[in-house]
Amino acid sequence: MGALGEAARMSMPFYVAPEQFMKDKADFARKNIARGRPLVATVYAEGILICAENQSKSLHKVSEIYDRIAFAGVGRYNEFDSLRRAGVQHADVKGYQFSREDVDARSLANLYAQYMGNVFTHEMKPLEVEILVAEVGTVPSGDQLFHILYDGSVVDEDRYSVLGGEAEAIAGRLESGFDADWDLPAAIRTAAGALAGPDRTPVAADLEVAVLVRSNGRRAFRRLIDEEVGAALPATVATDSGATDSGATDSAALDTDPAGTTEPDAG
Amino acid sequence: MSLPMFRPQDEPGPSFTGVLRRVGLDPFSAVAAAAGAVPFEVRHGTTIAAIRYVDGVVMVGDRRATAGSSIAHRHMEKVHPADRHSGVAIAGAAGPAMEMVRLFQLQLEHYEKVEGSPISLEGKANQLSQMVRSNLAMAMQGFVVVPLFAGFDVRRGVGRIYTYDPTGGRYEETDFHADGSGGRDARTTIKLGWRPDLSRADAIGLAVRALWQAADEDSATGGPDAVRGIYPTVATITADGFARAEEAEVAERFVTVIADEGAQR
Repeated sequence: MGALGEAARMSMPFYVAPEQFMKDKADFARKNIARGRPLVATVYAEGILICAENQSKSLHKVSEIYDRIAFAGVGRYNEFDSLRRAGVQHADVKGYQFSREDVDARSLANLYAQYMGNVFTHEMKPLEVEILVAEVGTVPSGDQLFHILYDGSVVDEDRYSVLGGEAEAIAGRLESGFDADWDLPAAIRTAAGALAGPDRTPVAADLEVAVLVRSNGRRAFRRLIDEEVGAALPATVATDSGATDSGATDSAALDTDPAGTTEPDAG
Repeated sequence: MSLPMFRPQDEPGPSFTGVLRRVGLDPFSAVAAAAGAVPFEVRHGTTIAAIRYVDGVVMVGDRRATAGSSIAHRHMEKVHPADRHSGVAIAGAAGPAMEMVRLFQLQLEHYEKVEGSPISLEGKANQLSQMVRSNLAMAMQGFVVVPLFAGFDVRRGVGRIYTYDPTGGRYEETDFHADGSGGRDARTTIKLGWRPDLSRADAIGLAVRALWQAADEDSATGGPDAVRGIYPTVATITADGFARAEEAEVAERFVTVIADEGAQR
């Protein structure tokens, strides 16, 4: 009875075909994700490299979830960051209830997919994010990359993965230089070059780089500092003080607006 | 298991025990014992000690667990890394103590992952204090846990030691402390040998001597077991992090202690 009253008071909505409604939501999500800066993840000899364009030093796109699992996100910062926290909480609770060995990327990726698919179908606004769940195996064949889209679809990749806008162009550039057995500097160089494209030179200060290293002990995740990244990049424009300054200004500006209420992206 | 998505106002923050409570796994939900119930015999851990030296802190613990007057376990680990720059040693009821260590380790790592930076050393000490206090209901039923916490304060560049009482009271020690049934004997030995400029080798030597004296006086404290090759746990915590001393090095220290003891007779 209450619902009938509500409907009568509201103006009669136009009929929108379900196909159109879903398409509008997908277009909305895709458009806003493409406005953010992209990210690539690739396997290399010692594990998995994740390289993101991100000028902020404090608002991370790439993070540790568990011993051998990392998380990366592009799009709206507050949305992928709450997904990241949920992932850490889930993984830690699961490891506590069962064993550390029982925490795996596949089941976490499925949970993310279910949640994101549910939001896409049932909420007015879909999540404006794409995320990656990466797990480094004890042997190279065990490395896994799960790329999860805004509508909950999961892509399981075993070589590399590109998230965000211009994904196809970036994947093309990465593919041409790809080698599963390359060392870390070569992987960084190619990943950063693929992100930057032919017209720009990658600069360490604009990149957020982290690795899952097979031989790093229990916790495989490690962030690379600018010097390590800079050393791997072609030595045209090294990270001078000017570049560091601009990075600091950017992160300070972002700190005042961390949720990104207007801008969909952290970087 | 589902993905724990909390509404912003219900978000437990960086606390792992907070998350556990939200998902209905409160680790400290002790059931009150009926009036007049007698605590049953459980395994107990005994002597633990921490000594400050020039580079940081050395922590030691014997390996014996007792249940009443019998030896329940000969190679129990009582000194554990809490995270990269701190360690926790435990005395008291072994079951709740080991669970507390596990929760404490998870709490520190969970915070670090969620927040992106580790807790300060004092913050870690306070977290442990809250866990000991949460165990009060169990402590009142006889299952007391008394941890000893030590770490390297990377912000101040010094080693620091914190002791606890069963109510969660937290006290910072200046130079050294020992707890457990043989703690008093160990403390006396350390007090006589402690100097402000102890080297790593001297600090380990002193800690091992203290355990020897504790095992000499206290039946619940285990000494070095050369027959089975079981030696007390010795770990150092410095700017480089938590590191366990090799068993061979500990065994060698005991040879020195035994030689000195023999020479005095």
